[in-house]
Amino acid sequence: MSTARTRLAGVTGHRLFWPLVVLVVLLAANTVYRPSFLSVELKNGHLYGSLIDILRLSAPLILVALGMSLVIATGGIDLSVGSVAAVCGAIACLYISEQPDQNSLGGVLTAVAIAFGIALLLGAWNGILVAGIGIQPIIATLILMVAGRGLAQLVTSGQIITINSEPYKTIGVGHLLTLPFAIIIALAVTLVVALLTRRTALGMIIEAVGGNAEASRLAGVRSRRITFLVYVVSAACAAVAGFMMTANVSSADGNAVGLWVELDAILAVVIGGTSLVGGRFYLSGTIVGALIIQTLTTSVYAMNIDPQTALLFKAVVVIAVCLIQAPAFRARFRRRQAPGVPPAAPVEKQKEQVPA
Amino acid sequence: MSQRHPVLTMTAISKIFPGVRALNGVDFRLFPGEVHALMGENGAGKSTLIKVLTGVYSTDAGTITLDGQQVSFAGPMQATAAGVSTVYQEVNLLPNLSVAENIFIGREPRRLGSVNWREMRRRAKELLARIDLHIDVTELLGSYSLAVQQMVAIARAVDVNARVLILDEPTSSLDADEVAQLMRIMRQLRDDGIAIVFVTHFLDQVYGIADRITVLRNGRLVGEYPTAELPQIALVEKMIGKELDALERLDSETDRDRAAIAAGEPFVAADGLGRTGSVAPFSLTIHAGEVVGLAGLLGSGRTEVARLFFGADRADQGRLAVDGAPATIRNPVAAIDRGVAFCSENRRTEGLVGELSVRENIILAMQAARGWLRPVPRRKQDELVERYIKALSIRPANPDMPVRNLSGGNQQKVLLARWLITEPRLLILDEPTRGIDIGAKTEIQRLVAQLSDGGMAVLFISAELEEVLRLSHKVVVMRDRRLVAQLDNDDTLDADRVMRAIASGAEQEGLEKV
Repeated sequence: MSTARTRLAGVTGHRLFWPLVVLVVLLAANTVYRPSFLSVELKNGHLYGSLIDILRLSAPLILVALGMSLVIATGGIDLSVGSVAAVCGAIACLYISEQPDQNSLGGVLTAVAIAFGIALLLGAWNGILVAGIGIQPIIATLILMVAGRGLAQLVTSGQIITINSEPYKTIGVGHLLTLPFAIIIALAVTLVVALLTRRTALGMIIEAVGGNAEASRLAGVRSRRITFLVYVVSAACAAVAGFMMTANVSSADGNAVGLWVELDAILAVVIGGTSLVGGRFYLSGTIVGALIIQTLTTSVYAMNIDPQTALLFKAVVVIAVCLIQAPAFRARFRRRQAPGVPPAAPVEKQKEQVPA
Repeated sequence: MSQRHPVLTMTAISKIFPGVRALNGVDFRLFPGEVHALMGENGAGKSTLIKVLTGVYSTDAGTITLDGQQVSFAGPMQATAAGVSTVYQEVNLLPNLSVAENIFIGREPRRLGSVNWREMRRRAKELLARIDLHIDVTELLGSYSLAVQQMVAIARAVDVNARVLILDEPTSSLDADEVAQLMRIMRQLRDDGIAIVFVTHFLDQVYGIADRITVLRNGRLVGEYPTAELPQIALVEKMIGKELDALERLDSETDRDRAAIAAGEPFVAADGLGRTGSVAPFSLTIHAGEVVGLAGLLGSGRTEVARLFFGADRADQGRLAVDGAPATIRNPVAAIDRGVAFCSENRRTEGLVGELSVRENIILAMQAARGWLRPVPRRKQDELVERYIKALSIRPANPDMPVRNLSGGNQQKVLLARWLITEPRLLILDEPTRGIDIGAKTEIQRLVAQLSDGGMAVLFISAELEEVLRLSHKVVVMRDRRLVAQLDNDDTLDADRVMRAIASGAEQEGLEKV
């Protein structure tokens, strides 16, 4: 009896439990509204269905949120990711549009490589402002958030650049191994970031810097380098998201690409259980958070919720998720249940799962 | 003075925090027109007494009378209104407001409901003129030196008709001229009939200005003495306590051949090393296998010396040599590269990362030295962490528990383990035994002895003389931010001699050239 209860408490006490519950509830609500919601079918060797759509559409957000997780773990924040996505998408589209053959794979790869290189420079700019000069992250990245939009406008000369390039389009809407290519990219980047942080000591060092900067300095951590690095990684993730967003619509609009994605990304990170003050970060939580946000957005459209109330609806759900996430809020309810659950065991499990 | 009535009397004050009796039946009297020094080491109860007096804490027992009336303040605001003002060590004014605004914030002179700026400036100028401070009151407070800010804080405090002025370590970040200026103001206020409670760690200042001294130790009143009748050595004894004489030394620790240790080339040698505003230039050598004890009162500059050796602060004077070759240690990374390790006295803020596990905290320094691209292999982590959990008997022996859930003593051991696995050549321990239980304390002392036997140099900082004497080959005495004596720990050295050095600022015999 007591072990069963302990095990149950171990499950409900898991960091990912409540975000997953919210996700399931959202999916269930959709299914009630439209019973075919959960069905996935194979057509022409490609998987189709609402679930697949949600995964595909959440791919850019997942990418941005992964980078954001690392930045937030150091105690910083990166507001410039939306603008970086716009700049990189615009540069890639501009380069492709000037090619004689827009469908040439080489041309597309060059475009992506150039734009990716620019993203690294933009990330380095943020990193220098924050780690080198010591400007507060919210201000430092606000600079590029504003300036980046202007830069994207300059690149596109204020126009919307439309391209007609099959290889580039693949990034957004193509398929590979029956799955949308965007999902595969998101998975691959997740894997890279997870390996980068958990197979090296980077993750632990980031958490040490975010958890206690002074103690880390006195332990010999070169925290400036680490801080610099996370902003570069964040910009790189944003760039890939930018390719995806522009490829989705085969055009680059400097004003619209990645607009407000930084806010969704911050939200995804927080829902995933990473604290805004820095320290421990949870990539798996971030991904669940991003999925919740995208499911919510999709549901609002799918359920034909009045556009005038859609944003409010979204806000209410977000508040609910944040409250459920908050240990202090949950503790009020948990106190009525069996007390004295040793917290050490579930905490350990969480950590092990992070690389996945 | 004694025939007059005290302005303030605190009788049999007790204050209990969970698990600690911070004050235990303490009496305190304050007469108008005196400077009264409140003295005591860490944990003696000085700040608790002040907080009880100013209403920050409530008392658990005892009474406070102000001008013969029994009072009990619900907070600092009430205390200020009743004439008890406090100026804290950290100036708690607003550097982003003007001097005049700072003086009158919350009680701005008004006219027709709006602030009368001209009147405010005039009165601020007048008030500062009273203490001979002539500055532009429209300038931002933050543009002035700390000393001026301190004086503005005092001006503000006395302007609210203060009869009791509490100065909590007002001089700790001031230079000599600024201290002199502050002292002059204190004398002037005293002559105006204000009673001043002066909390400081600087003995010279106490003997320069205080009329009487009250000493606290471990939450108890040791006594109240006229300054003229209390020699410095007696004051130090009363602050530190005498019971240590009865304690035996550890078996063999200090019996090793000091001459042999000192004969070799020193591992580190500081020559005139110093940092303005932190510690006066000092020279000190530490040999391999040598334990150097740093003694001195709280705030005497012990930690500052350690931080210079570790590069936690950057020295702005003097030279440092490692293994006989000149070395510049600009930051902790450089120090760690040369085999220096530093366990800070502030475990929570400067030592551990509370959120991370015991394992992660232990390998942090080793990992940082290797760089993030070369993680310590998991098997090696397990082996090291397991070995040190066992060797230092860290409890609970769970490497994956967040370190903040451990007790103070165990946290200290985790911090020690972090540095021990890097196999340092010089281990700096700042108050490694403070706030931990007696068992853990002995373990750590034994460990220090073992490490130095094995050839490690140790710089051991402790407020407890007994501990310093037990472990050290050489005792270095700090006082008022300068190194005042280096004493060989031979058979003739005892707590009395060290205390005399702390009290007098110099010791003839055994004093090496500083």
